[in-house]
Order: sequence, then structure tokens, then C-alpha cells
Amino acid sequence: MSWARSAIVDELRWLSSEEFTTLFGLCQFMPGPNIVNLSVCIGNRFQGASGAAISLLGLLFAPVVIAVTLGALYGRFGDLPAIQAVLRGIAAVAAGLIIAMGLRMAADLLKWPLLIIFSVAILWAVAFLHWPLLPVMLALAPLSIWVAARFYCGGA
Amino acid sequence: MKEITEILLEFGALSLVAFGGAGTVLPELHRIAVETHHWMSDATFSYLVAISQAIPGPNVIIVTLIGWHTAGLAGALAATVAMCAPSSLLIFILMHFWEKIRGTRWRLTIQTGIVPLAVGLVLASGFIVTRGADKSLGAFAITAATVLIVLYGKLNPLWLIGIGAIFGLAGLV
Repeated sequence: MSWARSAIVDELRWLSSEEFTTLFGLCQFMPGPNIVNLSVCIGNRFQGASGAAISLLGLLFAPVVIAVTLGALYGRFGDLPAIQAVLRGIAAVAAGLIIAMGLRMAADLLKWPLLIIFSVAILWAVAFLHWPLLPVMLALAPLSIWVAARFYCGGA
Repeated sequence: MKEITEILLEFGALSLVAFGGAGTVLPELHRIAVETHHWMSDATFSYLVAISQAIPGPNVIIVTLIGWHTAGLAGALAATVAMCAPSSLLIFILMHFWEKIRGTRWRLTIQTGIVPLAVGLVLASGFIVTRGADKSLGAFAITAATVLIVLYGKLNPLWLIGIGAIFGLAGLV
């Protein structure tokens, strides 16, 4: 994402830094993959619906081709011991990358200590109790937003 | 055909609750693919996540891999479209409205309230991938070292993935 920011703001000058921050805020807030959302917004800003569609296609085409290729290779050779060994190594790193991202995001929560309880609750519900995301989200999001309003964003 | 329908319905619905991006939906993808529909094993799920992390581009590409593994090319395309189209349509419609309510207090409040849920979901994702992938002491050590290097170092993640692959090949994981 930091790479996307420097390309869009600094090199191509499609958006000012402030516009980027505002749009990115929206894209983070709305459901859906952030960078996919961002490409829809930027495409839409320049060319309307067709711009959004083309921008989306441009973003996803190459990764999808690579994914299908690697997926096919995995299907064909995934059972070989050497490939399994390599994938185990990469998966261990991938797990670390995701945990580190979560911890980095968690640092923001130190500003709002009461909200940490919602992180723990959703982690517990989906990872240990295996509850489906939708009802968990519908139950926790209003509560979390209410606590944010009551204690951190100037009264409900 | 049954799988394609399942992919379209499950991922299409997931698209609209994927607050915080693709990283936050891994637990739900795991529940759908491994626990509900038995499309793959726990380990395969972790390997597909690993492959998706190594592919440059958006990490939503994990759904493409799940779709491919489940139902071939049609599955890959169905999964990608189902995961991207509903949320894209929503943001396309709401973009102008959002710019209008800029800086208002309730927008800030909603944004703040969503953060802890996204954090919890990303950590749950990390936990689930660890549970599926790390079966040895060496694997746990690599995961822990990766966390520390990302938090305190400056190495590009692609290097870490390369190093992980070499460690794996050397039989250390």
C-alpha cells in the first residue's frame, strides 16, 4: 500500500496527498479488499464507470494469471516432498507476516484501550469458537462503535 | 457446478462484510473452505495462503487460489469476481456520499469503532495460518523470527519469503 501511495501521489500525480488520505480512509472503512476499492475510486474519478472497471481489470489481471499458474503447478506438483518442504517454509513466514501486520495495527489501539476488548472478542469467536463472521460482526460492530462514541469520540 | 454456485454465494456475501480488507477475511475463508465445504485440508489452506503472499499484487488473490483449487479456472474466476464485484459496486455508489460527510463526527466514530475488529481479525488470520502451517519447532521459530524482523527490521517481505523457502528446502521446517 505504501508503494501504491508513492506511485499514485508522487510519481503519477493522480491525486494530492490529502485526496489520497481521504479516499484511502473510505476504502479502508468500506468492506472489500482495500486496494481493489481504491482502484475503483480512482478509476471512477477519472472516467466514471468505465474507468472503474478498467482500473479493476488492470489491477487484477496479472495477479490472477500468476495465481492460476501457481495454482496449477501446486495441483500438479504439490505432493512432491521438496515442494511440500518449500511451502512449509513459506507458510511459516506468511504466518509471521500476518501476525506482524496485526500487531502493527494493534499499536493504534493503545490510544483507545477499552476497544481492545473487541479485538480479543472477535479473535476468540472466529479463531477458537469457529463462529461465522457475519453474525459476529453484526453483534460486535455496533457495540464497538457505541463504545468509541461514548468514550473516545466526544459523547454518543 | 455445485462448487461454483457455492463459491459465488459464499464469497459474494463475504465481500460485503470484508471490513478491513482481504487480510481480515482469512478466518472466514478458512471456515468456508476447510470446515463447511471440505474443499481442502488445513495444511493446503495454509500453503495457498503462503503462495498468495508470494504473489505480487493485492492479497485478495487468496480467493483466486481457493477457487482454482476447488473448481479449476471457472472456480478461480468465480471466486475473484464474487469477492470483488459486490464491494466494488458498493463503493462506486457510496464514494460521492462519503466525500460529502468528510470530517463529521459520526464518520470518525464509525471509523474508530471498526479498527479493533479489523485488528482482531488480522491476528486471528495469523493464528489460523500458524495453526495450519507450523508443525515443528523450526516452523515456529521462523514464524517468530519473521514477526520480529518485520516489526523491528526493514527487510522486504519478499526476501523473507525467499529465505523461508530455502529453510524449508533445507529440511529445517
